[in-house]
Amino acid sequence: MLQLRVARTRRIALIGLAGALAVSMSACAESKRDDNAAGGEKTGGTMVFGATGNPKMFDPIFNDEGETFRITRQIYDTLLQNKPGTADVVGSLAEKWEPSNDGKTWTFTLKKGVKFSDDTAFDAKAVCFNFDRWFNMKGAAAQSQMIYYGDVFEGFAKNEGDATGDPVYKSCEAKDDSTAVINLNKAKGAFPAAFTLPSFSISSPTALQKYNADTVTQSGDSFSYSDYANKYPTGTGPFKFESWDQAKGEVSIVKSTGGTDTAKLDKLIFKVIPDENARKQALKSGDIDGYDYPSPADYALLRNDGAQVLIRPSFNILYLGINQANNPALKDVRVRQALAYGINREQFVKSKLAEGSEVATEFVPKAIAGYNDQVPQFPYDPEKAKQLLAAAGASNLTLNFYYPTEVTRPYMPNPADTFTAISEDLKKIGIKVEAIAKPWNGGYKDDVQKAGKQDVHLLGWTGDYNDAGNFVGTFFGRSKPEFGFDNPALFSAISAADAAAVGDAHTKAYEEVNKQIMDYMPAVPIAYPTPALVVGSKIKGVVASPLTDERFNTVTKG
Amino acid sequence: MLRFIVRRLLQAIPTLLILSILVFAWLRALPGGPAGAMLGDKATPEKIANLNHILGLDQPIYLQYIKFLGRVLTGDFGNSLVSTQPVVQEVLDFLPATIELSFAALFIAVGLGIPLGYLAARFRGGIIDNLTIVVTLVGVAVPVFFLGYLLQNNLAEPLGLPSQGRLTTGLDATDITGFAILDGILTQEWDAVWDAIRHLILPAITLATIPLAVITRITRASVLDVMNEDFIRTAQSKGLAEQTIRGRHVLRNALLPVATTIGLQTGLLLGGAVLTERVFTFRGLGFLLAEGIERKDYPRRQALILLGALVYVLVNMLVDVSYGLIDPRVRVR
Repeated sequence: MLQLRVARTRRIALIGLAGALAVSMSACAESKRDDNAAGGEKTGGTMVFGATGNPKMFDPIFNDEGETFRITRQIYDTLLQNKPGTADVVGSLAEKWEPSNDGKTWTFTLKKGVKFSDDTAFDAKAVCFNFDRWFNMKGAAAQSQMIYYGDVFEGFAKNEGDATGDPVYKSCEAKDDSTAVINLNKAKGAFPAAFTLPSFSISSPTALQKYNADTVTQSGDSFSYSDYANKYPTGTGPFKFESWDQAKGEVSIVKSTGGTDTAKLDKLIFKVIPDENARKQALKSGDIDGYDYPSPADYALLRNDGAQVLIRPSFNILYLGINQANNPALKDVRVRQALAYGINREQFVKSKLAEGSEVATEFVPKAIAGYNDQVPQFPYDPEKAKQLLAAAGASNLTLNFYYPTEVTRPYMPNPADTFTAISEDLKKIGIKVEAIAKPWNGGYKDDVQKAGKQDVHLLGWTGDYNDAGNFVGTFFGRSKPEFGFDNPALFSAISAADAAAVGDAHTKAYEEVNKQIMDYMPAVPIAYPTPALVVGSKIKGVVASPLTDERFNTVTKG
Repeated sequence: MLRFIVRRLLQAIPTLLILSILVFAWLRALPGGPAGAMLGDKATPEKIANLNHILGLDQPIYLQYIKFLGRVLTGDFGNSLVSTQPVVQEVLDFLPATIELSFAALFIAVGLGIPLGYLAARFRGGIIDNLTIVVTLVGVAVPVFFLGYLLQNNLAEPLGLPSQGRLTTGLDATDITGFAILDGILTQEWDAVWDAIRHLILPAITLATIPLAVITRITRASVLDVMNEDFIRTAQSKGLAEQTIRGRHVLRNALLPVATTIGLQTGLLLGGAVLTERVFTFRGLGFLLAEGIERKDYPRRQALILLGALVYVLVNMLVDVSYGLIDPRVRVR
């Protein structure tokens, strides 16, 4: 009995202690709520956008992925940008731009009176500071993460690591406050469109220096970035950075004044919701006001609920890759053409892809300068396909067909469905198909792009900027294990088109290249799919962009 | 007891060391790699080779492991490829959510499972018993993600419950400990407490189904076993009140295997949390791991798998300790 009493006393003491602890903690823990927040002058309200993944950090030059760019596009500006809803190049920080005849000098006339969100002035010196910063970036780690800079400008003042490219960039001169001249070592077809790339956003030189933006250090199998990239990104955009709450998965940006444009909203929150179904439910319940990449199967349902499904003009391509090195029969152009005739692309696009998608007739989408509507056409004709196969002595052709699993891409919403539809068509023209499914993150791209193990495969591309070279140059600009062919005439034609002077000559050169590609048929273009984004009924002013370049400064929430 | 705990902790060291080797080797053996993951769609074999060189991933694997172990021993698991933040910081930021969710799920599983199991055993062969058997079978059989989607799509809207997240976006809730409910109580932000509880309901139910089914079945079987023991008959023949027999002799003895099960289920909750947290965007360690797997985040995967193993070892140790508390005979042995 005594033991029982002692135990009970101990228990009461413990409860008392816990209570005292809770009270004392409660006394220490004060609410940090901003009681004035609700009463302040708020006019535009807050929009919450459901993002599909985490941003990486906010220094655009070290970024290459869409979820980060969605945010940095609101905080920063580039010299040029895409006209809303199109891939046309228009001015942004630059009002006018002029290339020299040889394409090696670009003169930008800048907007006046623009300020960075840290209240420092934007001028030609700031432009040159940014270009020089990128060119002179030190450290193999930092250079390795400047993916787009490496693609477009090819090299640095001093290449580190194993980088070997000769730099395209030469120098930048600030002629006066509003004139910046960028000198290049060679002309490149990527310009002026590449100046729209969000990686080339102009940052505040003061903030870059203050927060050691160039510090990129290795940390285990990854890199760590500066305070500038994580806490103080500073641009001239209509919004300025407020906070990045990792635990909540929320990035908040607020209206900024002094930049190129003025936002109508007070605040914009990007909330990371990777699961598509969860994003849909969150929109339904009003927790978010919009999200990216709704499933095409949900379009009707979303519209019934009053949401607006905004279809983006296509800026991507889905193709059936052909690896000539892996199967001798595929070296015969008649066999490759037979594949094109044998696939019922019209039916596939109609039954498997989202509204607005179209059959691809070449390897650049229609929005790109250099698209050629006079290329050879290959409408669905299974009989002709069989004849071509017979003529090439390949009537009993067997193809190993690689397709990815565990992935959805904007150009390939459902790889398994795509594979099934195409392989059924191939079987109808007498081709035996051996299916090889590989996880996207489990070696698919290694197998098809590096090892070239496939005969045919599914892949695609989403464009970065309005230049045909960004598509056909990427695919067929040189010999690659993915396609397994060597066609010096085609490679040099692409190279010449890339170097052709800006304007008509450039466009015409790529039109010719596109015809040459379709004559040679190194792969079969399948479709130009159209991804979408969805916003709630109260949201007005979102313009869907082919390049996912949606700017939210025009958005209102009613 | 202290010596026992220390001994168990020391025994865990070789286990964790071997696991670290296996995890490290397994992740390195997977196709792709951190360089490919970092470079994304723009990766070319040359760029990947360059980045592998910069990161030291072209060195012999034993050297890479030694470096990795050296960093881990100093608490440095590197930075996440996805968020570029230190993984240890991520774990600390996301841990409270998983603890909160696991506690809520365990609360449901234990709170319902033990009484249900006991009632099923007591009224063996009756309606409650048969119903319990069927329901628990369904509970074990239904995949967690399927149930999650089912609840999310069919219950969230009609019941007015949130379908994702831990707190309503834009709710001004003070963050002190990272535990949303606790923080709300401490700061007396009662709307935040209620909001956090509402966000917990569907994921907690989802996560609780398997442990609830298992605990119910184990309790039922255990109670049935104990009820047939000689000492129960002795107690009955001594004329002890039924209530005393049930409470002091049957339930207390039957709880030993149940405690083991609860311990094991706590470890398994982490596995279930990966799917549940992913479905409900409940940003805990499971969510972090799911994202790490999807986006080939090697540092994150390594850290979370090792942490998971550590938690499993610790939970099992706590189970052993709880044996002693429930049954004093274990302590004597």
